[in-house]
Amino acid sequence: MLSRVAETLYWTARYVERAENLARLVNVNNLLLMDLPKGVSPGWAPLIDITGSRSNFDQIYSEYNEKNVLKFLTVDARNYSSIYSSLMFARDNTRTVREVIPRQAWEIINHAFNQIKENPNDLLNKRSRFEALKQIIDSGLLFFGALDSTMNHNHLYRFTRFGSILERADMTTRIIDVRYSVLDLPVQDKTFENIKWVSVLRSLSAYQMYRQEMGVRVKPNDVLQFLLFSPTFPRSVLFCLNHLMSLVQDFPENEGMKERIAHSIKELTSWDTNELKAQALHDFMDEIQIDLADIHNQLAKQYFLKD
Amino acid sequence: MAFEWQHYQCRDFFDELIKQTGTPHKYAERIYSYLSQLSPEEMVAARNTAELAIKEMGITFTVYGDGSSIDRAWPIDVIPRTIAASEWRNIEQGLIQRVQALNLFIDDLYHKQSIIKDGIFPRELLDKSVNFRKQCVGINPPHGIWAHICGSDLVRDNDGTMYVLEDNLRVPSGVSYMLENRSVIKRVFPELFELVDVLPVNDYPSQLFDMLAAMSPRPLDLPEVVVLTPGIYNSAYFEHCYLAQEMGCELVEGRDLVVQDDDCVYMKTIHGLRRVDVIYRRIDDLFLDPEAFNPDSQLGVKGLLRAWRAGKVALVNAPGAGVADDKVVYTYVPDMIRYYLGEEMKLPNVETFRCYEEKHLKHVIANIDKLVVKPANESGGYGLMIGPKSTKKQHQECIEQIKADPRNFIAQPTLSLSTVPTLDGNNIEGRHVDLRPFILSSGESTYVTTGGLTRVALVKGSLVVNSSQGGGSKDTWIVEEE
Repeated sequence: MLSRVAETLYWTARYVERAENLARLVNVNNLLLMDLPKGVSPGWAPLIDITGSRSNFDQIYSEYNEKNVLKFLTVDARNYSSIYSSLMFARDNTRTVREVIPRQAWEIINHAFNQIKENPNDLLNKRSRFEALKQIIDSGLLFFGALDSTMNHNHLYRFTRFGSILERADMTTRIIDVRYSVLDLPVQDKTFENIKWVSVLRSLSAYQMYRQEMGVRVKPNDVLQFLLFSPTFPRSVLFCLNHLMSLVQDFPENEGMKERIAHSIKELTSWDTNELKAQALHDFMDEIQIDLADIHNQLAKQYFLKD
Repeated sequence: MAFEWQHYQCRDFFDELIKQTGTPHKYAERIYSYLSQLSPEEMVAARNTAELAIKEMGITFTVYGDGSSIDRAWPIDVIPRTIAASEWRNIEQGLIQRVQALNLFIDDLYHKQSIIKDGIFPRELLDKSVNFRKQCVGINPPHGIWAHICGSDLVRDNDGTMYVLEDNLRVPSGVSYMLENRSVIKRVFPELFELVDVLPVNDYPSQLFDMLAAMSPRPLDLPEVVVLTPGIYNSAYFEHCYLAQEMGCELVEGRDLVVQDDDCVYMKTIHGLRRVDVIYRRIDDLFLDPEAFNPDSQLGVKGLLRAWRAGKVALVNAPGAGVADDKVVYTYVPDMIRYYLGEEMKLPNVETFRCYEEKHLKHVIANIDKLVVKPANESGGYGLMIGPKSTKKQHQECIEQIKADPRNFIAQPTLSLSTVPTLDGNNIEGRHVDLRPFILSSGESTYVTTGGLTRVALVKGSLVVNSSQGGGSKDTWIVEEE
């Protein structure tokens, strides 16, 4: 497999995964805000922090209201990590490797991008928003499903998968980081306590699975335990790292990669959720994100095209 | 309500579907009877189906200088263009003969040049050829084949005769659209395929791979064949991807390849370097290798020509093959066929005036308003001057250009290109078409596509079929008669 193709597929998968995750995030926030009383609502600004795009946002908009944040995160081409941009990059990338991925996978991305390009208002409009976001999530699921069931499970596939899992782990840490800092404040009204943690789980499509594994009660510490360390939930950080580890088993010259990932797993599992409060949690999430970036760098250094 | 086919105008031109009497050609009877029963609504629905399929499948092309988008939806008209299988077999023979002679001609020019020494082809023409590559003199590509892939443009005149208009021997494109048009029309008119025996076209990718593999310098069962593209901004990028995908080959860019000290070509993979045997290159000669040609090329691979010369890699088409892709050289094809094959030309050329010949030049100047003037080395329909459609001032400008560089121009009578019924808004009207079949030569066998890409001038009365200039396309049906 060409190094350039490996790199392109890796990024394509990251972009598709990113679009899917963003759509989930926006959707859940949207629903959460309808439940919370106006006074205690954290509003839309945390979403900008989760995506790490505050400075870019400030250059374009002045106010963190629903209209601006939503536009910025979904259809704004000036935001390079908006859903629109992610799908555009995914499509442009797929175009350069059309010869190696199943036709259907290309058509899924092509369709998803055409939809958002031609009907941007579907995402902005309150009534059509839910359906439009769901379609984007579906496209992501369909894309990876098509690869899983119609593509040879060779290196090409493994690099693609690697990109999506790394992106997924990254998004989980970002959501935990920002949500905990905003939501983990003393609240008087217990009714809303539950709703908030449920929303965190929902932004990762984790609610149902949490209840099955951790029991009916939604407690902040258990939520954290589940999202960081669940060995069975496919979006938990540990699960993602284990998955990355299994993917690199078949990579050529994989010693460096294996060491890198093993190190991250060791780091992650050395912590106890009881110690992870406030600043410690934030620092820890930072650390994991740096680890994930290191895994990316190691991969790029070893396999991608060098000039 | 059906379309009023009786009002279809086909008296002034040869129409590929309907005779001048208003009844269909024998080979098109079933198609005509099916189409003539469709209501305008059904026809428009068919067009929408086609357009949706093209958009969803992402069948695109690029127009240079059109900043807004690098991929536009490919324009297709749903009414197929039909040719009788019996006629097609003759055309096929004519094309095979032609490409054989062209390959012998190119090989001769890079070796003994006997066609010049024997006084058939003038030396001055070669001296002024922009596509002759000195770097290729004396090289022996496998089986003496230089133009492995040829796309010849055919047009039909008023009298029903099919003529060759030009031969594209550099990096001819369009074959992917021929294949995609068929898959789209299968979705649009599935019933018609039950009524009519349409010969299939989809063997091309296998034939192409077999030909490419046969060129491998290493005798392997599965040599490493790659498609070399200039990248996503090239107008034919869609096709490069498509062919690589259909053949299961790597699609590479210049930066993916490297020529090492052993003169072998390698591609950079996640396993390290891997040797490449055959390169189907879709990059023009001059950008192929900065070491041998244009030193500023970012698209090519340094040392590629060295590797080719050393026989370590096959380049398809061979560099320098374009010497025969020249509208002046074209006029010598009948002589080449006689000289190399001892045969008479089976598929005629269009009458062509060579502006560098005094007698012809006088004729061209005197009849400039009736002729089409073409530069010898442009493609894509650029630089054409169509006499009957141009002003006196444009005629005069054209004459000045010819006088300044007569070697670079030829002139041809304005042909009355044949028409095919085409959907324009809610009407069906005749639009002019040409046909580009593709010919594959391995030296051991020659393959001709079943039909080819039919291009159609979508603008009423227009003769320009190029997709870069408002042309569209049609599925081309070679049909067995009853």
